[in-house]
Amino acid sequence: MQINDRVMDSQERIGFLLRDLYAGYGYSRYRMSKFEEYDLYSRNKDFLFSEGVITFTDINGRLMALKPDVTLSIIKNGRDLPGTLQKMYYHENVYRVASAEDGFREQTQVGLECMGDVDNACVTEVLKLAAESLNLCSPDYVLEISHLGILGAFVDAIASGDPMRDALLQCVTEKNPHGIRLLCRENGMAEGAEEPLLRLMALYGSPKTVMPKIRELAEENGAAEYAAELGQAVAALAGSEATDRIRIDFSASGDTKYYNGIAFKGFISGIPGSVLSGGQYDRLMRRMGRKDRAIGFAVFLNMLERLTEGGRTDA
Amino acid sequence: MLNVALPKGRLGEKVYAMFEKAGFPCPSLLENSRKLIFDNEEAGVRYFWVKPSDVAIYVERGAADIGVAGKDILLEYRPEVYELLDLDVGKCRMAVAAPEGFRDNLNRTLRVATKFSRIARNHYATRGRDIDIIHLNGSIEIAPILGLSDVIVDIVETGTTLRENHLEVIETIVPISARLIANKSGFKFKTEQIEHLLEEMRKEVAQK
Repeated sequence: MQINDRVMDSQERIGFLLRDLYAGYGYSRYRMSKFEEYDLYSRNKDFLFSEGVITFTDINGRLMALKPDVTLSIIKNGRDLPGTLQKMYYHENVYRVASAEDGFREQTQVGLECMGDVDNACVTEVLKLAAESLNLCSPDYVLEISHLGILGAFVDAIASGDPMRDALLQCVTEKNPHGIRLLCRENGMAEGAEEPLLRLMALYGSPKTVMPKIRELAEENGAAEYAAELGQAVAALAGSEATDRIRIDFSASGDTKYYNGIAFKGFISGIPGSVLSGGQYDRLMRRMGRKDRAIGFAVFLNMLERLTEGGRTDA
Repeated sequence: MLNVALPKGRLGEKVYAMFEKAGFPCPSLLENSRKLIFDNEEAGVRYFWVKPSDVAIYVERGAADIGVAGKDILLEYRPEVYELLDLDVGKCRMAVAAPEGFRDNLNRTLRVATKFSRIARNHYATRGRDIDIIHLNGSIEIAPILGLSDVIVDIVETGTTLRENHLEVIETIVPISARLIANKSGFKFKTEQIEHLLEEMRKEVAQK
């Protein structure tokens, strides 16, 4: 694809390259309105990346929102079509609270969603596209992958209720073993009850190194089926250029009310936070009355502002 | 090279001593100079002193790969960082304190003076208590004495300041100590270095 660097900054250039990549894999463009009824977001507040939505009253009295998210809108506007797979990509601006100090910011994201009969091949394709997306931004990237089914099984074995479950998952995303131990003692768990979860958390690295240990641990803790799914997904990427860039890491988690199965995050050297986030969200589909399955991811173009053409960061 | 943000002050010096014993020394750090950044290429570390409440910002934004921050700061600002190790130093507690003999009147909104608004709000939200947060930046203990608030939520170390002002702890919210934190992205690209440092620091904590 011909990109004229004189008139485009790095975010725009990468945005168009990503669109070209997704279109090449048969994804069609999804365009959406800047506004959506607020009700959609208020019912799924926890799914949003940040608290707070910019709202206004439309001339017909409906409470509207400047969209803080794209996925919810795509689910709402789609429908179940058994036996089919809908593949869509988008390039949209969303409005989110960046931080309490900064308030609302306009953020640009490019992403894709697969909805319908999502099978293993589809999961593999999405992971491959996530890796290729990161590679387009910079060759110095890491794609970390986890499986919420495995994590859920280990957490549910010790969580005595939803607040403890949420707190344990938060500790996992923080790589915080002392927090898990404290939570278990505060909730009256026997000493050592948390050990399987701590051992799982400590397993991060290349699939080749950690997958055998994950299989073994999952087998002992009733999560063998999920470990097989994770193993299948990363094995399908073996031999590709991405192999050396893939890491298994259970801190790449997501809200298990919405997400299930494979979850992943992408990082680029020199950029402090994740630039890509995605996963399977069949549970969100159910919450919104859909029966089919789904997987997708988003690339946060604003995070790439300091990236130069060669994929290095500009201090 | 690992960039390490240390909190200025007594806690920072204590923590640096742990880094030094763990095999990451940088003697120039303790010299009396106006320098802000201190390198030890051989040990693969670069230290810098920052305001304790800013450590998490330096780490979250990637200016530092790792740092040492109090659990109070992590709970209040919820930075997107890894919390790798409880260093078991700088130990104190986040507590609710009130004038001696205080009785909470449940018919009224409880006025809470604090610099830790989020911690105070979350604490009272779990019990459904209606509160009015009065955000102050220092000298919190004076608020109930002058009738500005009913109680305070603050860090309590020995309790001496509270006692001298006729205040007492009525509830402990959470124990606090210094934590070793890491930038999430930095961790992916400097995994071996950070893991090595983490392992050595774990040994230091265990030996204490």
